Parts: sequence; structure tokens; C-alpha cells
Amino acid sequence: MNERTMTKVYLYTRFERFWHWFQALMVILLMITGFEVHGLYSLMGFETAVEVHNFVGLLWLGSFAFFAFWLVITGEWKQYIPTTRKLFDVALYYAWGIFHGQDHPVQKTPGAKHNPLQRLAYLGISAMLLPVQMITGLLYYLYNSLGNVSLAPIAFIHTLAGFLLVNFLIIHLYMTTTGHSLFSHIKGMITGWEEIHDTTKIEDWETKATKKA
Amino acid sequence: MGIHLKQKDRGSPAQTVQEKMAFSRTNDSYRPASFAFRWTAALAAVLVFGILAVTCPAATSVAAAAQEKEALGMQLAKQAVRADKHWTTVDHSKLTELNQNFTSGDQITQACLSCHTDAAMQFEETIHWTWEVPSEKPGIMNGKAGHAVNNFCISGNAMEDKGCLSCHAGWDGRDGLVNCLACHGEEKFPFKETFADLAAFEGDDDPDILEIVKELQSGIRTAVQNVTLPGRNNCGECHFKGGGGDGVKHGDLDTSLAKPNRMLDVHMAVDGADFTCTRCHTTVKHHIAGRLYTRPAAAERKSLIQDDMATKITCESCHSATPHKASTKMNDHTDKVACQSCHIPEFARVNPTKMWWDWTTAGKMKDGKPYEVKGEFGKPVYKSIKGDFIWAKNVVPQYSWYNGSFDNIGIKDKIDPQQIVAVSHPLGSPDDPNARIHPFKIHRGKQPYDKINKQLVAPLLSGPKGFWTTFDMDEAITIGNQTLDVPYSGEFDYVETTYAFPITHMVAPAGKSLDCIQCHTRDNSRLAGITGIYMPGRDKFAIVDTIGLIAVLGAIAGVTLHGLGRFFTRNGREE
Repeated sequence: MNERTMTKVYLYTRFERFWHWFQALMVILLMITGFEVHGLYSLMGFETAVEVHNFVGLLWLGSFAFFAFWLVITGEWKQYIPTTRKLFDVALYYAWGIFHGQDHPVQKTPGAKHNPLQRLAYLGISAMLLPVQMITGLLYYLYNSLGNVSLAPIAFIHTLAGFLLVNFLIIHLYMTTTGHSLFSHIKGMITGWEEIHDTTKIEDWETKATKKA
Repeated sequence: MGIHLKQKDRGSPAQTVQEKMAFSRTNDSYRPASFAFRWTAALAAVLVFGILAVTCPAATSVAAAAQEKEALGMQLAKQAVRADKHWTTVDHSKLTELNQNFTSGDQITQACLSCHTDAAMQFEETIHWTWEVPSEKPGIMNGKAGHAVNNFCISGNAMEDKGCLSCHAGWDGRDGLVNCLACHGEEKFPFKETFADLAAFEGDDDPDILEIVKELQSGIRTAVQNVTLPGRNNCGECHFKGGGGDGVKHGDLDTSLAKPNRMLDVHMAVDGADFTCTRCHTTVKHHIAGRLYTRPAAAERKSLIQDDMATKITCESCHSATPHKASTKMNDHTDKVACQSCHIPEFARVNPTKMWWDWTTAGKMKDGKPYEVKGEFGKPVYKSIKGDFIWAKNVVPQYSWYNGSFDNIGIKDKIDPQQIVAVSHPLGSPDDPNARIHPFKIHRGKQPYDKINKQLVAPLLSGPKGFWTTFDMDEAITIGNQTLDVPYSGEFDYVETTYAFPITHMVAPAGKSLDCIQCHTRDNSRLAGITGIYMPGRDKFAIVDTIGLIAVLGAIAGVTLHGLGRFFTRNGREE
């Protein structure tokens, strides 16, 4: 505990880092333009906001399909398999341990980049929130070609999910500061190499899922 | 070896067991480095390809739109009016029938009919002659000569109000023959006065008088021979001045449209398409296309592509249902929004139009005489014979759902005097596939009604027994209602009414059409009153925005508290 040696691990490949920042750019652009279209503020003008939102939205939808394809054929999707194991420990760590100098109960490794809480959060977001947002976004975009469909329920879900994504972004940004230093997580996502505390042994169960048969 | 080498190259001296362990796991079971590299490279290529695949159609459509110099609707419209030059094989000045000395209007018409045998017969069946059009309600006849009323001069009193007849296309009201030259004469000639002069000089053989008579008759002949298809001034003589003066009634029709520039009306502009009225108000057997009181101007929305014999009365006739450049959002609007809503940002842009007419104040005298007060724009704001007026320029229209039909309240309909009475109002709802959001001028005012029968009344205005002479409203109503065979209880009061006019002329150049934000905005949206649709930018669900606000503020509060906790506990580390 008191002996804190640091170690660097190569966590994020070039593609993963590219995808992360590319998606981040698209999502933030979509938020900025989306909430302008929602009428919350006037920034680039309604018309421009709509055009940018439509273009970026379609770009995201298309590129996300390729990301999903990448997840499947590389087996990286297994990083998102949810587990309840140590879930409570991790939650407890952020609620208590982090204020008391404890170590994170689950360290990042290339085979298991996400702790159990992250797995659950990212699975929920990638498998639920993002698809909902993309599908309702596509319906919103194609609304005029859909025949006699009301825009209201589509807008209801799309706007609600938009707010939830902002909620995610705020927490996500905050969580990047919870590494061993304020910026170590962000640095990791930029360079691929992340400094972590050299502590716990990686448990077998964490890697088993991603191991090839 | 790519990743392998890199990791070794970049590995810090502090490389530890763990990294090596992670390393070796990568190596032996997870993914061999060279394998991983190849996949990453391949996937990156696929991704780039994918992005290109997604963006290319968008890019090509953008490029196509840039190449497409003109929107489809513009190309079609230009084709529709391409063969605009009218030609004829008849020179009317060479016709013997027209080279005579006319002494009456009826003579002129007989000369016309000697060749155009069926013209008067056709014309006498149209509303321009009868001033009547059957209502959908049984026993009710709309039209100035029928049961329809408005909140201007109220009623034509079955054409008994002779003051209205100056606009009737006959030589003597409905009694004489059709006056062909009212619509087909290029020259505005004072026939009535000239014929009166000729009658006065009849039999006089003073050489000077004979010279004058010769000149007068030559003037008549020139005017008679100068026949044409109806021009803007022919129609405008009555339609620009509806309601008793320039721009009183419509708001989008006044004398500024006689010679408009492009800023006022792209279609009629002398420096634009130079349309006459009949370019759109196409005509079959003298029946001129256009709305007739409650009846729509066109039964169907059809472009000339779908039906090359269709009327050209709608925008869609020439511009199609997708008039804008390909794949622009504006084309998606045409199923709900009328072209006029965006392309006529304001009406009465040159001349003012009347917005309010209060009959309650009519009849005041100054020194025992009727008087007039002029206000802004040099227009009367009070007239003893008519009451108080409000005029306005550059008026922002009011918008409602409109399927082309109107409903109106005539002299025989019951009203609720506690409410503002909509004497004429558009029909349509968001569920009606034929309805669009359309701009309107709403003319408001106060007009007399029968307190006991709860009906609007039709005071007679002009003539020796009319209100404009007697200033006795009760008597004017008594006589006026008799002309229409409608009983009057003898007790009247005034009720506030509205009268709607669809705004469809004064189409501004494309650059002057409305921005999205005029309607797609939370505050002061032009379409604030439009229900039944969800409009991005204008609308929100209170619950979504509330949950959203809680989610966002909650997250900010949560992370702030958590962060402060970490700051004050220094992450639990003791220095």
C-alpha cells in the first residue's frame, strides 16, 4: 500500500485511440448542434446546426457500424461482457476507498481495459443508449419519407437520450481524473501508454473471458 | 513485429514485471503482435473506406447540388412559361365592325359579339357577372349579390347597392350588356362620360362641336380597337381596390402590383417574369381559376408534369412538390407548409392595407357635416360614412392550417355575439393531408348585427336611402335586409368580427424568404399558434427537459462534490 511503484502498460492501440477521439469529436459536435436545434441556445444558427447535425449524425452512424464490425471480428466485444464480480468493490472504491488512499480494486490491463463498473456502463451506453440515439436519429432524419408518422415520440426519445449522453459525458470526463494522477487516464488515451500503480495481480477470471479457446 | 518493436523502443526503464506479464500474455495467447498489426492496419483501411462510403454520397450530393445551377422547381417553372409570347392573326384595328362611330356601350359589345359569338353567353355564367356562387349550405348563395357578408362594406344588397356596381363588368350594372373592354381593353377610357357628351352634342351642327364629336368618336374607336388579353390593370381596376379603395381588402393585392419590381413580386415584376394575372389564374370559357368564397381554387395539387392540362393556379402547378434544390430540408417542408408561408415574409410591403374597421363610430358630424380624418400613410383613419380605420404596412401574416376551403358566416347564419365572430375563416387541420400551414391577413372590425335574431345585418350604404346619405343605421339595416329578404327585428348592436384573406401574391425573391429561425424558435415563433405538429426548435416536452436538466445538473453536482471530497481528503494520502 505505501510502496507505490509505477508501471506503464500499452492499453490502447492506435485504432482504438483514433476511434475514441473521432467518436468523441462527433458526439460533442452532435451535442452542441443538437441542443441548438432543440432551441436551448443560438450558436451557429438553426439552419447550420441542422445541417452539421445531420451530416455528423450520418457519419457517426456509418462509422459506428464499422466499429461494431471491428469489435466482433477482433473479439474486443468481450471487453464489454458484464460481470458482477468485484462490481461492488469498485463501486465501494469510488464511494469510499478513493477518499482513503486505497488502491483501485481492479487494475487496467490490455486484456481487461474496463473494470466491472465500466463494463456495465459502457455496455449500457454502447448497446442501449447509443443505438437508441442512432435509430431515433435516423428516424428523425428520414421522418418525411416514413409516411404518416408523428415526429413527437421520436423527438421525445432522441432528446431524452441526448440529455442522458451529456450526463454520461460529464461523469466520463470527471472519471478521467481519477487515475493515479489527474491526467494519467487522458494521457493514456492519447499515447496508448498508461501509467498505473503496480499493485494487484490480475485475476484469472478477468482474462479468461478474452482468452482464446 | 510492429507493436513488439514499438513497445520495446518506447518501454521506459521502469518496465516491470507486470508489463512483461501483460506483454507475454499478448504474445502467447491473446494476439500475436504481427497478427494484431495486420488486423489493425486492415481494419483502419476498412474504416477509412467505410467513412468514405458514408461521406461520399453526401459529398456527391453536395457536389451535385453545387453543379445544379437551379432548383428543380425553378427549371420546371421556367419551362412552363417559356412560350410566353402571345400571337394573333387578327388586327382588330382593321375590322370593319370596329371602324364605326359608336354611340353606346351596348353597340361596342354587339360589334364584339358579331365575331366572338358565344363570349357574352360564357361570361354571363361566371361569378364575374352573376356575383353569385352556390354555398355548400342548402339555400345559401355566396357572392356579393348573395347572402355573403364581410366586415368592410358588409353586403352588396343583392346588387341593389348601386355604389358597388362600378366594378360590375357590364355597361349598366346587370341590365345592359357585358362590357368586354373592362377586361379586354388595353386603354382605360372614360366611355360613360364620352357617350354622355356625345348624347349632349346630338343634332348640333356647329362646326366646332362637330370637330369635337369627331375627336370623341375617334378616341372611342382607338380604345375599342385596342383589345388585348387582360392585363394587370384590367383585373386590378377592381381587385386592387376591393373594399372601397386601394389595398383596403386583400393586403397582397393593391395598385403597387400594377408595375411591381422583383422585390415586391417576382412573378409579376416588370423586371422579373412580368406575369399578368391570367398567367396563373388560367381561364376556361371565361371561368377564371381562383378561390370562390368557400370553394378551393384547385381541387387537387397537381403539377404540369402530372397533368399538362392542369390549372396553373397553385405554386405546385409550375414549381412541383419538390421545388428546392435536391436533398435540401426545405423540400421536406412542402407536405405541411404552403410555399407562401416562407416566400411572402410580409404583405402590404409598398402600399398600406386596412387592418381594422370599426362601424360603431360611423355617423359623427362636424358642423352638421360628415368629415374625414387623415392619418399615417395619408390614409383616412376616420370617415363619418364608415367609422374608424387602422392601416398597416409590412404586415407579418397570421398562420393557420388551410386546405383551400373556407367557411363563412352569411346574413342567414346565427352568431354568438359574446364571441368574436369569424365571418370568413380558413378550413383545415393537421390531420388533413391537403392542409398546409398558410399565411393570412386577418381583417378585424366591428359591424352591426340583429340583437334579437342574432344574425349579422346588411345595411344599405349608397343611394338616397343609404347610410352614407341618411346616417341612420337602423333605417339602412331595415332597407338593406329587405333587399336580401332577411327579417330584421329592429334592434341592432355591434359585434367584433374577423375576415381572413389567404396571402398568396407579393412573392419575394428567394433570398428574402424566411429563415428557419423565424418559426423554429422557442420565443416569438411565427408558428406559435400552429398545433398538431412537433416542430424542432419551437417545441419541447416539459418532462424531457426536466429530466434532462436534473441529469445534467445532477452529474455536475455529483462530480463536483466527489472532486471536492478527493481534494480535501487528498485522495486519502498522507503527506
